[in-house]
Amino acid sequence: MERFRITAEPLDEHAIAEGLSTSEDGAVVVFSGIVRARNKGRKVLHLEYEAYEAMVYPVFERVAEDVSRRFGVERLRIHHRIGRVDIGESSVLVAAASPHRGSAFEAARHTMNEIKRIVPIWKREFFEGGDVWVEGPKEPVTE
Amino acid sequence: MTGSAAVTVLLFAAAREAAGRGRLEVPHREGLTAADVWKNLESERPALAPLAGSVSVAVNHRFVPRDTLLAAGDELAFLPPVSGG
Repeated sequence: MERFRITAEPLDEHAIAEGLSTSEDGAVVVFSGIVRARNKGRKVLHLEYEAYEAMVYPVFERVAEDVSRRFGVERLRIHHRIGRVDIGESSVLVAAASPHRGSAFEAARHTMNEIKRIVPIWKREFFEGGDVWVEGPKEPVTE
Repeated sequence: MTGSAAVTVLLFAAAREAAGRGRLEVPHREGLTAADVWKNLESERPALAPLAGSVSVAVNHRFVPRDTLLAAGDELAFLPPVSGG
């Protein structure tokens, strides 16, 4: 299983954790972000994701290095969809394995926060009556 | 540094739509910065103006400040606020 993956195919929350943990680990956390049917009072029909793929992979590496430094978690995988994703489907999976649950939870949470802050992926929300680019933090990233 | 070398410019999501295209090349010159390239693009495509304050800049797949000097052959990208996850 690849450590980092960008794919137009459905994500597999079981496969992402396969072979991730070692005999030292006591915890595996798998986070799945799924597309919900309502957002800001709108009825969502589906999402479409666009990625700057050549940059996504080095930024995933940067996030993994940060997670290693902060939490000592070395076994981390990130899989993200591109293209159309329907209601109820996973758009992102993060898997973290660690000797103890606290650091595994923290690693998965921090990874998701960083994905939303610096990973060059964008989603367009198609809702009843229109569509819009969803935008994260407006403050430009400079380093 | 050869005079004919160019900088590749990529635009994504809302910036791609506002510019009407996702990829172009601009000629390189000494002293050229990412901010210069944006300013030129914005004057050709005023629809980009509302994005000026929130767009991030990447050169060769790394985030950089806007005043970063560009080299011939660089890949420059303008990235609206990301919204993955």
